[in-house]
Amino acid sequence: MSETIQNSTPIEAPEEFVVTLQTPFQRFCADFFESRVASAAFVVLVGILFIAICAPLISPQNPYDLSQVSILDAKMAPGSQSFDGWTFYLGTDGAGRDLMSAMFYGLRISLGVGVMSGVIAMCIGAAIGLAAAYFGGRVDAVIMRIVDIQLSFPAILVALILLAVLGKGVDKIIIALVIVQWAYYARTIRASALVERNKEYVEAATCLALSHNRIVFKHLFPNCLPPLIVVVTIQTAHAISLEATLSFLGVGLPISEPSLGLLIANGFDYMLSGYFWISFFPGIALLITIVSINLVGDQLRDVLNPRLDR
Amino acid sequence: MSVKDTSPTLEVRDLQTHFFTKAGVAKAVDGVSFSVGKGEIMGLVGESGSGKSVTGFSIIGLVDPPGNVVGGEVLYNGKNLVGLPDEQMRQLRGNRIAMIFQDPMMTLNPVLRVDTQMVETILAHDPSVSKQDALARSRDALGQVGIPAPDERLRSYPHQFSGGMRQRVAIAIALLNKPDLIIADEPTTALDVTIQGQILYEAQKLCRETGTSMIWITHDLAVVAGLADSICVMYGGRVVEQGLINDVLDHPVHPYTRGLLGSVPGANSRGTRLYQIPGMAPSLLNLPQGCAFQARCPRADEACLVEPQITEPIAGRGVRCCHPHLNAEEEIGA
Amino acid sequence: MTVFIIRRLMQSAIVVFVMSFLVFGGVNIVGDPVEMMVSDEADQEERERVIKSMGLDKPWYIQYGKFVTNALQGDLGNSFVYGEPALQIIVQRMPATFELAFVSLLMSIIIGIPFGVWAGLFPERFSSKIIMSGSIVGFSLPTFWVGLMMIMVFAVMLGWLPSTGRGDTVIVFGMELSFFTPDGLSHIFLPALNLALFNTSLVIRLTRAGVREAIHMDYIKFARAKGLSYRRVIMVHLMKNIMIPVVTVLGLEFGGLIAFSVVTETVFAWPGMGKLIIESIQNLDRPIIVAYLMIIVLVFVVINLVVDILYSILDPRVRLQDVSS
Repeated sequence: MSETIQNSTPIEAPEEFVVTLQTPFQRFCADFFESRVASAAFVVLVGILFIAICAPLISPQNPYDLSQVSILDAKMAPGSQSFDGWTFYLGTDGAGRDLMSAMFYGLRISLGVGVMSGVIAMCIGAAIGLAAAYFGGRVDAVIMRIVDIQLSFPAILVALILLAVLGKGVDKIIIALVIVQWAYYARTIRASALVERNKEYVEAATCLALSHNRIVFKHLFPNCLPPLIVVVTIQTAHAISLEATLSFLGVGLPISEPSLGLLIANGFDYMLSGYFWISFFPGIALLITIVSINLVGDQLRDVLNPRLDR
Repeated sequence: MSVKDTSPTLEVRDLQTHFFTKAGVAKAVDGVSFSVGKGEIMGLVGESGSGKSVTGFSIIGLVDPPGNVVGGEVLYNGKNLVGLPDEQMRQLRGNRIAMIFQDPMMTLNPVLRVDTQMVETILAHDPSVSKQDALARSRDALGQVGIPAPDERLRSYPHQFSGGMRQRVAIAIALLNKPDLIIADEPTTALDVTIQGQILYEAQKLCRETGTSMIWITHDLAVVAGLADSICVMYGGRVVEQGLINDVLDHPVHPYTRGLLGSVPGANSRGTRLYQIPGMAPSLLNLPQGCAFQARCPRADEACLVEPQITEPIAGRGVRCCHPHLNAEEEIGA
Repeated sequence: MTVFIIRRLMQSAIVVFVMSFLVFGGVNIVGDPVEMMVSDEADQEERERVIKSMGLDKPWYIQYGKFVTNALQGDLGNSFVYGEPALQIIVQRMPATFELAFVSLLMSIIIGIPFGVWAGLFPERFSSKIIMSGSIVGFSLPTFWVGLMMIMVFAVMLGWLPSTGRGDTVIVFGMELSFFTPDGLSHIFLPALNLALFNTSLVIRLTRAGVREAIHMDYIKFARAKGLSYRRVIMVHLMKNIMIPVVTVLGLEFGGLIAFSVVTETVFAWPGMGKLIIESIQNLDRPIIVAYLMIIVLVFVVINLVVDILYSILDPRVRLQDVSS
């Protein structure tokens, strides 16, 4: 190469172009917290998780311990005093339970069911989606057919019918939610795995005669994580909303383990008589939870999307 | 630097268009001046990133944010277009000044019929025209650009045409309102060579017949050689050489122009190594101090750190260089 | 075009058959049909009688065969609760649900598209940011809770609109519709709005995304270079392009609306199919559940087919390809 670039003086980079090294994670955090709305939502979410986990510790009353609940306290307005002397900040429901405590416990169950079903659905969906993408051909075609058919039917109907058949119970609800959600995860993972599969590092790994398992889980999967994280967030919000709806309709959780949906349902009867708070506050709690998850998910999607020029 | 002695249709003076991005300010057009006379075809030549397309968009007022025309004047028949209110600019576009784009696939709206897209151009500028008259004019325009069976073609959709035909339709649309100036932004780059030849021929014929001025933006010197009357070479957002086509191509003065001509394969004899201008075009975000070409110029020295101004060493020729090749005997590609 | 339709019809028929099998299997095999049909107090004789009359003692494939032949004749069994043919009961309720879903769809289009276009054209403006945040809140809100709050505010507190039920109806094309009476409109307003909530947010986001993508396309720039008015560029050139994917999604969403009406009908006591299915689930009225599922499958398959055909009509690239090939 005789025609080399003839540059007389080496160019020195001016100060503003010197870049400080950041780990990808640090860069991700910086990008994420750029949005004030998303940051606020994140803080709220952490707060909600804290309440849910510590519900028994921070509730003034255990609403399911019958010894603590008195029917004489029923339907009291927010801010009123119990005969014991402490305040029902958000009022009481038809059976005399402190609404705030009931909400903390309900939040726990709503979140627990939503997150658990999401995680299980993700594991199943991811495994199936990865298999479809990795093995391709007929396996892929059959799996995707099933996924497509499942996704063309609305989640609520599928869940409704499943629960009609399975009956009530926490485990049954989780099963129903998992069945409703797995297909969405499978499709997402398959899409990104298909893109990754054609990349050279997979070819290299195959040449090294690594086992299928290893290639899929140690090489393919980590690169499929960004869209997955977004989907997990948004799907969890859906799951929580769906569970609440099902409980409201009376096919969800049993009365012994009331989620926010059931609390709202219980309040339905009292609403027309003017005792609105029984349905109102649990609804607000549900709303705040879902909105913050969705806001965080929205920002995650923007930050993790490589195609958006920012 | 006009070819004819009547006043120029378009005169661009010290045009500056900058793009304000997160990464910095890209000076896409940094002090460009030229003029185009009536019926003249000017070739605006440069590589990718030289700012030639942005110049075209700046003239017609279609520079979108984050870009903005920040200085200079664009005089159309004496009236300055820079800073003109949008409604007045709209009345000129497609009417007195028309533009043809590069990729005919995406230029025509795929879901609208060809006749819709042609008739609306007429009606947008003269609502008093009846639908039938507009259709008749459209039919004539299609015939003018050499499209057979125009009635049938009018009722077709863009995807039913081939690439070359689509570009002819675009040219026909540009001609509908008999503009004074057509800006063609690399219209043949996406087409194959034979079609390219046909389009070039049609364009030249139309300009001669109707007296329309044309600015033909391209990176391909071969195209310009056969088509244009004058040429304007751009580099790094600035004009580096301009003049009559034969003068510039036979006796290029700027080292860059010489490099461009030298790298045309026909200039070498078979078997010898193809000449390449060493290095790469500078990023418009980070132009060097002084002459934009110095990093790649075999004649560069400290004098080039001061930006050269346009000089006129020979009559009718503009050059922006500290060390122009004024000796006509020097071989190209040396 | 006809080949395309025939092919899709056959595919749809296969889907319906497969679903019928799944439905039959699911309801009959997973749950104990006898338990579901006979009350707990019935003695052995009563049980035997029911089993015989329902044919529950025969092997499952005979039961399925009987089910299919009956179904094709329009007989999906009699409701345990109402005693009348299940199919008939559902069909009676269909206009109410369809009307609700349709008005909802209309609302989400009328509200959603203008907001979405605005947010797409001026993404940096404050109003657009509010619209987008609003859309997130819109699809996060639990529909049933919003419905309750609507009733609370508009019916109980303000007394502007009735809280539950359907208004007066008028027979149009053989169907009872409440849309055309003022009383009917006042009754349908809140539930339709409630049902439209989720969809409107979806439409806003979809339209905005479509606009953001289309606005950078060359044909838009070319349209501007031709000197067309801004209004024409947006309303004709832009809208016609984004309408295609939007219409497709909306069509499919119509099915979702019908499904989700289950919730809204429960909250507002709207006498449609949704409310019926909830009651039937609680009452374990199996024939109604089966009939409902079959009808829903049919409705969805028809919607999918119509949307496919609509898409190929709207997009000239697809439509004209078919003709020439």
